[in-house]
Amino acid sequence: MTTPTRDRDTAADTARAGQADSAAQTSPGDAKDGGRRAKRAVRAARMADAASGGLKVLLVKIIALGLIDALALYSILVLVQSAQWIPALIVLAVTGYANWIYFSRGHLPAKYLIPGLVFLFVFQIFAAGYTGYVAFTNYGTGHNADKDSAINSLMLSAQERVPDSPAYDLTIVEQLGEYSFLVTGPDGNVAIGGDERPLEPVANAEMSGGQAVAVPGHTTLGFADIVANQQVIADMAVPLSDDPNDGALRTPDGSSAYVYLSKLVYDEQADTMTDTRTGVVYSDIGTGAFVAEDGTELRPGWQIWVGFDNFVRAFAEESIRAPFFSVLAWTFVFAFFSVATTFVMGLFLAVVFNDPRMKSKKYYRLIMILPYAFPGFLSALVWAGMMNQEFGFINVVLLGGADIPWLTNEWLAKVSILLVNLWLGFPYMFLISTGALQAIPGELEEAARVDGASAWQVFRSIKLPLLFVAVAPLLIASFAYNFNNFSLIYMLTGGGPRDATASVNVGATDILITMVYKVAFVGSTADYGLASAFSIIIFLLVGTISVIAFRRTKALEELN
Amino acid sequence: MKVNKRSFAALGAITAVSALALAGCAASPEAAEPSEAAVEFSGEITVWVDADRAGVLEEAAADFTDTTGVKVNLVQKEFGEIRDQFVQQVPTGEGPDVAVGAHDWLGVLATNGVVAPVELGDKAAEFEQVALDAWAYDGQTYAVPYAIENIALLRNTDLVSEVATDFDDMIAKGEAAGTEYAFLIGLDPEAADPYHLYPFQTSFGAPVFGSNADGSYDAGNLQIGNEGGQEFAAWLGEQGAAGILNTNITGDLAKENFLAGKSPYYVTGPWNAPDAVAAGLNIAVDPIPSAGGGEAQPFAGVQGFFLSAESENRLAANEFLVNYIGSEEVQTALYEVGGRAPALTAAFDAAVAGDPIVAGFGEVGANAVPMPSIPEMGSVWQFWGVTEGAIINGGDPTSLWDKMAADIQGAIE
Repeated sequence: MTTPTRDRDTAADTARAGQADSAAQTSPGDAKDGGRRAKRAVRAARMADAASGGLKVLLVKIIALGLIDALALYSILVLVQSAQWIPALIVLAVTGYANWIYFSRGHLPAKYLIPGLVFLFVFQIFAAGYTGYVAFTNYGTGHNADKDSAINSLMLSAQERVPDSPAYDLTIVEQLGEYSFLVTGPDGNVAIGGDERPLEPVANAEMSGGQAVAVPGHTTLGFADIVANQQVIADMAVPLSDDPNDGALRTPDGSSAYVYLSKLVYDEQADTMTDTRTGVVYSDIGTGAFVAEDGTELRPGWQIWVGFDNFVRAFAEESIRAPFFSVLAWTFVFAFFSVATTFVMGLFLAVVFNDPRMKSKKYYRLIMILPYAFPGFLSALVWAGMMNQEFGFINVVLLGGADIPWLTNEWLAKVSILLVNLWLGFPYMFLISTGALQAIPGELEEAARVDGASAWQVFRSIKLPLLFVAVAPLLIASFAYNFNNFSLIYMLTGGGPRDATASVNVGATDILITMVYKVAFVGSTADYGLASAFSIIIFLLVGTISVIAFRRTKALEELN
Repeated sequence: MKVNKRSFAALGAITAVSALALAGCAASPEAAEPSEAAVEFSGEITVWVDADRAGVLEEAAADFTDTTGVKVNLVQKEFGEIRDQFVQQVPTGEGPDVAVGAHDWLGVLATNGVVAPVELGDKAAEFEQVALDAWAYDGQTYAVPYAIENIALLRNTDLVSEVATDFDDMIAKGEAAGTEYAFLIGLDPEAADPYHLYPFQTSFGAPVFGSNADGSYDAGNLQIGNEGGQEFAAWLGEQGAAGILNTNITGDLAKENFLAGKSPYYVTGPWNAPDAVAAGLNIAVDPIPSAGGGEAQPFAGVQGFFLSAESENRLAANEFLVNYIGSEEVQTALYEVGGRAPALTAAFDAAVAGDPIVAGFGEVGANAVPMPSIPEMGSVWQFWGVTEGAIINGGDPTSLWDKMAADIQGAIE
């Protein structure tokens, strides 16, 4: 797992480039050159054809753009329906711009760049921007939606059925567009009432099986009509009497009604919630929830902008700051040794397998690449089983029943993680080193040997520096990847072993990203705001290291 | 795909190409218009359900559509992902009207304000009490429960024929059986397993939280560190030293060994019973034996269907929940695919009568306590298992347990 997919491609490219180069160098025959020239001519003709705008090209262009426009139009309709105005405008603008670019003459660079830019925006900039935005909010458990949703939810859950109150049989009737509840009480009394119109007895209702089903002057609603108007009907509260403390009838399903009392009353003018039983007033004091004077909050609250709060918490809150620095140190150690060990191992094998005296290289290489072919998290799980202290394969079979606590001792767990990562990561390093080694011209070695250099001197002074030019950027990428190698740590040790006496949920092998995961998500409270703030901190760290490292590798390139 | 026919018409001129694409997208909502099309209504509820439950619900949904004309749109989701997706999507208006879930999610769902209470009305009396308690939060019921699951003691009747009276008796019987292990329980090398060890803890009189008058958990009354908790910790240390509790025997290993006949006893849930039967073992389901003298109460997990707070189809969804999911037919059908005791008493009684294994788990479940769903429970889990693991592996029970209780108290505040 040393490599994200992106790197895998780069590695393959490097290897391929290396092979192609060496192939070109070993057989620069004239025939090949001739073939190339012919291909180039065909390609030039095709390009000329495209530039002149043949009919076929135009047709393809219209169809492709038409499909894209249709898709865009559809998403705009959906967005408009759900009142997402800004995204709708963005889609409109981008599609309009794309149409203008592709139908106008010229703008050749833009024609090539637009698809890439759109994907860049959707998959990278938007994700990064959104993370940045979340880092400045209190988004997390209990602050999940906007204020209207929170009020709606509070009011919904505040409706409590009066204990042991009877169920009323309900028929919903309509008169001049206004709905009423026609209810039959458990004692057989029939009454009618509407939203905020208290119940009044009805004498002339039509009865069916002991239940009033219709009343003159009103239309009885069938279930389909009820469903069609359910938002209005579900919100209706029919007071039992003029005294609001008696409660109101509400219906959960359109066929029966119950007496409810609300625990909370929302005052829209004052923007406060009042608990009807204790009289406590909860008000919005800008913390994203209704808060009483003694500091108790009503949940749910809503999302608000909190500025740098999350960043301040990351460094100021004892439970987060205390483990932060030890985890940071281990993260660096882990990432550095992961890259170093896998690279040394991969390079060593690459040198060995690059030796012309080595037989049946193909098969060995296949075996070498096997660890790379398994999904990393799966391998990590298997390794966790093999490293079981008492029943694991390593202790029982390889070490003849030894009792080594591979994953439960603080230091051994760190070593185990590096070992497993070595197993997972060396094939990648082997691949890129093989590619880079093959790209180094054989004459260099020959010349050096003629000058009397030993094999080690050739390797140390010629091959290694040339190799570094090719692989240094990949090593940096690998470092950045391991810095955030969540799946390995999570699947192998879960960050543990933990010190049972520590007051925080952070273990000996936790790296920054797993710590963030624990701080933010483990348990039943998620804190996306804090997690995003941490992601940004990690990004800054990785970014700084990468920039410094890339600057240094420029010095290497001057060797060439 | 909220776009329906009317809004298209209103939007008027659409080019030929786009109309083609649009027709493809819009086909599904238009397809199932009820026969009495004279009534215009947006009769559709969306239900998130996991793959196992989907088959059963398809039938219930078809019945519901026939009777009421309301279409039920079943969306399959991975069970474990439903909670977080529900929390994230409901506020955006993209969430479902109804979803399936486990009761211990309730604290998170309620603090995020994404669930609405369900009024069971008089039907409440028809459900098992533990199922209703589990789905109660702050005095309201939030779901129609359908299945109860809890752990119990599986006994290989070929190895031990009698029911053990208490923990020591069980170990004695297990040792007398002459198998490799006297007793098996799956633990984690680092974090033990508080869920599976909980019945032993309660037998010492140490629940996690105290209770309010109405039976719900009181987060302000942490009980785990009480005297019984201390005794339990000491007991853990003894069992660890004696090798009876072994954190290296993971859940997988415990199951493997039990299926191989290497132990007569195995503490587990109904999910592992079918494999034991399939492996050709003769098993009985016993109550978990008491270690501390009190009653050994496992946690009960109750699954149910809950309602979105932002649902625009509240009446129809409620009708579907209470009168279809809550019907004996559907509850029995759900039991048949899941193998867990039904929550509706009538379905439960029928299931218990027909299957000794379900009956066994059901009997133990009658004494079970709902796993706390209050959000404070999150602070408990993160310290609980690690401390148990450390004690089993030879740490000092008294100081570790005290430290844990203090840490949990601190985390809750």
